Amino acid sequence: MSTPPSPAPVTLKIKAEGLKKSFGRKVVLNGFEIGVSAAESLVIIGGSGSGKSVFLKCLLGLIKPDAGAILIDGEDMVSGDKTTRERLRRKMGMLFQGGALFDSLTVWENVAFALNEGVGRRRIARAHSREIAIEKLRSVGLAEDVADLSPAELSGGMQKRVALARAIAPDPEILLFDEPTTGLDPIMADTINNLIVSSVQTLGATAVSITHDMASARKIATRIAMLYQGKIIWEGTPAEVENSGDPYVDQFVHGRSEGPIQLQVRAL
Amino acid sequence: MHAVTMIDFLSSIGRRLLDLFAIAGRLALFVMSALSHCFRPPFYFRNLLKQFWTIGYNSLPVVGLTAVFTGAVLALQASVGFSKLTAPSAIPMLVVVSMTRELGPVIASLMVAGRVGAAIAAELGTMRVTEQIDALDTLATNPMKYLVVPRVLAGLFMMPLLILVADVVGVMGGFVVSSTILNLNESAYLINTINNLHMKDIVSGLVKAAVFGVIITLLGCFNGYQSKGGAQGVGAATTNAVVYASVLILFFDYFLTELFLNQ
Repeated sequence: MSTPPSPAPVTLKIKAEGLKKSFGRKVVLNGFEIGVSAAESLVIIGGSGSGKSVFLKCLLGLIKPDAGAILIDGEDMVSGDKTTRERLRRKMGMLFQGGALFDSLTVWENVAFALNEGVGRRRIARAHSREIAIEKLRSVGLAEDVADLSPAELSGGMQKRVALARAIAPDPEILLFDEPTTGLDPIMADTINNLIVSSVQTLGATAVSITHDMASARKIATRIAMLYQGKIIWEGTPAEVENSGDPYVDQFVHGRSEGPIQLQVRAL
Repeated sequence: MHAVTMIDFLSSIGRRLLDLFAIAGRLALFVMSALSHCFRPPFYFRNLLKQFWTIGYNSLPVVGLTAVFTGAVLALQASVGFSKLTAPSAIPMLVVVSMTRELGPVIASLMVAGRVGAAIAAELGTMRVTEQIDALDTLATNPMKYLVVPRVLAGLFMMPLLILVADVVGVMGGFVVSSTILNLNESAYLINTINNLHMKDIVSGLVKAAVFGVIITLLGCFNGYQSKGGAQGVGAATTNAVVYASVLILFFDYFLTELFLNQ
């Protein structure tokens, strides 16, 4: 007699359990839970100050949560030692809100930074890394002639493209996007959204984005989660988000000032 | 009413004191971390050479100018105090001893604190508030190794070289004033300078310079690294970097002088 084979456990690429984080008296994450499976694109929506950025920084191991665990491929980022954190971080690429390009380096040196300077990756010749950088710049729609410019000489949209190229250059397994369309005009925002979708698909990467731009969320998400007061209060597909039946989500998605979500007007 | 104001007064003192301890603690941790990273690979030699250039070579004009005027004014001031008979030997001695032991290292370091310390704090502070330091972490690069270590090592190695230049230029400043305005004999001035030039004075000055170089760069890095809250935060970091470094330079100068005099 043989026991029927148990279904293979669904392993999640990223799993956050019971995350808590406070700054002074201000509670930012309060029992935050989320699971992201491989090759999924999760978008976390939520108002300003709802703890979205803090979650991304916890995920990267830049901020240590007060409690909870973040498992990446089953390994804990929070309790892991420095080498574990660095190894897990190497699986991730991040597009920062303001681009965060190094202004002391040229555009191509920014894109090739992880290849030239990063620890734990095989070092390659600068001529070769320059070729890779130019190829990555092309994949985000930038011509070769920007390679030797300084980031300060580029427009905001072009800086975002360079930052995206830098994030995807080391071929990460996980891509993180911090408000990718903030500060861009609607057309450039749509271009960046398209680039995000195509580069995530090309890499076959798992993506986690945070945004309060619903147009962007609809475009890049395969799943949307709503963060409110440090907790995920709703999860669903981009189609479901339009008619979620949840008063909090409805208010946010349709951008109404009236509703259960009260804007914080007093300092805590 | 009186009780309330008294408690307010005491609590404001208490808060300041707690803040001070918190800063001292964070600084101590930062210094230990920075120093330990100096000895662990990977090393970023390109950054180190760049910092040698910006902290060392680019500080030459300001250090040279400070030194030449310090030496010149020393000679001028000394000419008032000495008689015609003692001046030819006393002025060169006073200039060379005070330049090498004290004024070379201290005044030049204070100028460098203003130039280099402020620049480091502003650059790292801007990198902090624009998330460039976080970006380094995400690109598998330790910001302490990439940003802080090259600057601190450049301070350690470049400051003594700058002070060596300051010593020479300062003595030349004194020489020019003595030979033109005070009409002292040129060769006697140089002979008296060399007779009063002691290895111990030079070395003590250079050790001071190395210590001050580390103080300037570490405090610039620390304040920049810790800065938050946009333009105002970067401004505050820059001010603090210069003020803390200047105070610590004067503080350490006293103790190092005492240490060398007791040798």
